[in-house]
Amino acid sequence: MLKLSENIYNALRTHGEETYPHECCGVLLGRSFNGVNEVEDAVRAGNTRTDSAHNRYHIAPQELVRIQRHGRERGLDIVGFYHSHPDHPARWSKTDFAEAHWLGCSYVITAVANGIAQQTNSFLLTGTSEDDKSFLDEQIQVESIEVEEPVAGRC
Amino acid sequence: MKIFIPTPLRVYADKQDAVQVNAQTVAEALSALTSQHPDLKKHLYSDEGKLRAFVNVYLNDEDVRYLPEKEATTVSETDSLSIIPSIAGGC
Repeated sequence: MLKLSENIYNALRTHGEETYPHECCGVLLGRSFNGVNEVEDAVRAGNTRTDSAHNRYHIAPQELVRIQRHGRERGLDIVGFYHSHPDHPARWSKTDFAEAHWLGCSYVITAVANGIAQQTNSFLLTGTSEDDKSFLDEQIQVESIEVEEPVAGRC
Repeated sequence: MKIFIPTPLRVYADKQDAVQVNAQTVAEALSALTSQHPDLKKHLYSDEGKLRAFVNVYLNDEDVRYLPEKEATTVSETDSLSIIPSIAGGC
């Protein structure tokens, strides 16, 4: 399961809308515990595939080093990644699978049609090595922040 | 020096997010790492003994592949290595 706040969920979807018709990408920082990847922050990343940004993304390893370092300073790990599919379903492609190497991490994909975010799905990369890795459909639990109704006090 | 282990490989490094090694060069550091944690080797290296194409190794903020001395680059106690699997994809 992937757990994240409504703010973060909306933020990664909005990112895809902003970069449309190009793919957006980013890193999910948080903690992994008992089969749950809990996201504390979604960090936008640059897409180095400027040659084919409408259907390809790549995050520079140097940027990942930096993001990982900042995460470490906050006690957070890389628990997943997100990217968008412009005018394409929110499902992993052969390219997504071939390029997926972060076993145990969640890969979140948002379909963006005509600039509007549609479905967002998450896939857990399972397995023990490149030889037996596979994507598993993963539930996304979006946590709303409950706002208490203000209580009128005495004047 | 410290070697930072990415999330997917920690299970092969006794669940540690970083491993301390003594080494004079990048190559020695990686060798010490796989000596301490032999299960890491097949995930980092191909059968031919080369770093897998999707495995990036950074000495501080520099990609080791592009350093003049590559894995023969000398390292100091305050340096760190980061192992970073590639992240890419697309529809």
